[in-house]
Amino acid sequence: MNAITLRLRQEPVVALEAEVITPDRFAEMSHEEICSSIVYHGKRQLRLDEFFDVDGERSDQLILHGDLHRVRHLGRAMTRGSLTAHGDVGMHLGAHMKAGQIEVFGNASDWVGAEMSGGKIHVHGHAGQQVGAAYRGSLAGMKGGLIIIDGSAGIEVGMRMRRGTIVIGGPAKDFVGLQMKGGTIVLRDGAEIRAGAWMQRGTIISLKPLDMMPTFARSGLQNPTFISVYSSLLKPHGCELPNDAAAGGYLRYAGDRAVPGKGEILVWQEHSANEAY
Amino acid sequence: MLRITGGTVYDPANGIDGEVKDLYIADGRFSSKFETGRTIDATGLVIMPGGVDVHTHVAGGSINFARAMTPEDHRRTQAFIRSKTRRSGLGGMAPTTFATGYLYAGMGWTTVNEAAVPVLSARHTHEELRDIPIVDKSSLVLMANNEIILDLLEEGEDERAKHILAWHIWAAKSYGVKAVNPGGVASWKYGNDAKHLTSKIDGYDHVTPGTIITKFAKMIDELGIPHPLHLHCNNLGAPGNVETTLETMRHLEGSRAHFAHLQYHAYGGDDWGNMRSEAAQLADYFNAHPNMTTDAGAVLFGDTVTITADGPWQHLLYKLTGRKWGNLDVENETGCGIVPYTYRPSNLVNAVQWAVGLELLLLINDPWRVFLSTDHPNGACFWRYPEIIQLLMCSDYRNECMANLPPNIKNKISLPEIDREYTLYEIATITSAGPSRALGLPQKGDLGIGKDADLVIYHQDHDIARMFGHPRYVFKGGEIVIEEGDIRETPDGREYLVQPSYDPEIDKFLRPLFEDRYCMSFENYPVEMERIERSQIQDCVTLGGEGE
Repeated sequence: MNAITLRLRQEPVVALEAEVITPDRFAEMSHEEICSSIVYHGKRQLRLDEFFDVDGERSDQLILHGDLHRVRHLGRAMTRGSLTAHGDVGMHLGAHMKAGQIEVFGNASDWVGAEMSGGKIHVHGHAGQQVGAAYRGSLAGMKGGLIIIDGSAGIEVGMRMRRGTIVIGGPAKDFVGLQMKGGTIVLRDGAEIRAGAWMQRGTIISLKPLDMMPTFARSGLQNPTFISVYSSLLKPHGCELPNDAAAGGYLRYAGDRAVPGKGEILVWQEHSANEAY
Repeated sequence: MLRITGGTVYDPANGIDGEVKDLYIADGRFSSKFETGRTIDATGLVIMPGGVDVHTHVAGGSINFARAMTPEDHRRTQAFIRSKTRRSGLGGMAPTTFATGYLYAGMGWTTVNEAAVPVLSARHTHEELRDIPIVDKSSLVLMANNEIILDLLEEGEDERAKHILAWHIWAAKSYGVKAVNPGGVASWKYGNDAKHLTSKIDGYDHVTPGTIITKFAKMIDELGIPHPLHLHCNNLGAPGNVETTLETMRHLEGSRAHFAHLQYHAYGGDDWGNMRSEAAQLADYFNAHPNMTTDAGAVLFGDTVTITADGPWQHLLYKLTGRKWGNLDVENETGCGIVPYTYRPSNLVNAVQWAVGLELLLLINDPWRVFLSTDHPNGACFWRYPEIIQLLMCSDYRNECMANLPPNIKNKISLPEIDREYTLYEIATITSAGPSRALGLPQKGDLGIGKDADLVIYHQDHDIARMFGHPRYVFKGGEIVIEEGDIRETPDGREYLVQPSYDPEIDKFLRPLFEDRYCMSFENYPVEMERIERSQIQDCVTLGGEGE
């Protein structure tokens, strides 16, 4: 089964709502059906081939090329196959995704993997706000799966997430894990202020010092066993967690006690950096 | 003119139980004769008077707040797309104004009573009511925590309080009076509640919830307001609150009273863990006292948003659920709380609530005194009424649903022992004829000559929820508004008001109080008559030789 290739020919002037671009839909579609799929350019309904050159048919492997930063809802609610984008992508990438893989060689916009419940999203560039978050009014964000952002991320990473793992390679902005109810967020390059605000459960692991809120209680230096398990699971995805007790440990903070919550924030600290422990 | 032939008619107001009968309509009313015009063949179909909702929240500050607090409805619920006959809107837990009219009419309801309006937001409420198409509307003004009136009752100035009450009813252009947690909402402004009829009300030494309730019922009867005191009792939702409810009923012997959403006031036990249904005890008392009417406030499992003027209860609910909480303090008048909520069959408390609503509807033996309601949107959304009708009409379906309840609900509810099934005649009574009578709207819920031609025609269907959810035709004021599931016409409904008489000198008493205490100037406070489109003033009534 050959992959379907979509090359952006005509850049959209306003947002292009393209929730049709998923492996699930294209898997059973002929070339003509794919070309005539409806996308919304602003409020106008247009054919997909007004914007894309389409190559291939009946495949759940999609490859996209071009500056797709205005193309939204790529891979929405996908349950199979793969979607690879060479170029920047727009908002809501992989939102409500259940299974399959998305890989972006470029930057992604807001709401990457919002309310996803399974599968993997890997963005090699930066991501916008609300990675793996809950949409407004929803009780739960991401419920499973894995999101890896190699670059930086905007505010509210993992807002109200319930399960699953998010790894942010670069620095994240404010409110990482806002109202988090479960799952794991790994911050490889730290975050700005108010990480873990209102978190009820779940784990935030930071490899750089964090500016902690006063509603988190420091509860010792630890080397939890699960860190090594997580590290071995994340290793194939290019992320390792330090777990050498000789080199350092994780400062554990419990909170957010303003809720009150039972979440934890683990901040890696090398021994030489803090003689107090 | 219009003729409907061959339908099987259920018209409780005229004692017609399933007779095949022709109906004639002229000038929006039922007529005795027919000359020319369209004939609709309703052979084999069921005809009932259009539904009347005695207690719902569809317009005003609180439901609007609820809309803002439930943005998820924009993603997950039915949207009405603008067409030639209708405006755009959104269904869901707190439907938008236009959608509210379409959804009510879509299941055959033609009159709704908005049950809680503070005077301060009455103007807003009337603007929203105007935007609810098709159905006729009325509204009740919240008064039982109004500090001006409570001050007068405290001082024993009952006569002046009555004039003030009448003044406010007219100022809000409302149809009657709603009392919510009398005294409790006033105490809430000090962070407290008033759970019992003898509880102290913060800021007052003499007046108690008990005195407020009895005096309000008496004032309303004396003023001759067509709809009696519409009462949301103290201690809503709490285990063991049946004692408060029975005590309230005893206080009101000899007066008319309508008990709103009785389901929330019929619990035994003393903790969430041992909360049980006391619907049987309450129904026994209620059956023996014909001065009272009630609506069920039934609960259905699923997502909804709870809104009430009962601020302290909503704070408790927020603490219990950890969901969002909205709170409003309406100056001297009342409060308001909003909390999105999900009723789950696996939750013992919710399961008891579900059973209590149905038990009350089934154990109160006079369908003329208990009406179908969910206290929309508190117990469930109004567009789920057909599901409740199915639960009332099919004991098999009820038993099926009961199988999903937690096993430890045994001995906490009496629903499994009840095998009553509602007939279509009784359904027409609790959805239309009964609530019209309780509201004092004799032109509604009645297919007799000269009455408003609001009626609904259903297919006979063994699937009761489908039958009541998808009427074949709905007529409003003699016009076909729904045909085969499509909205044909969207006429504007009327708004019913009452104008009780009061001493015009009362302005002189009120003006300085206003200038002292309110954010709004006295002149701007009453809603102008020009604000109400298609208003209709109902006459006040004389009760038992007293009154005006």
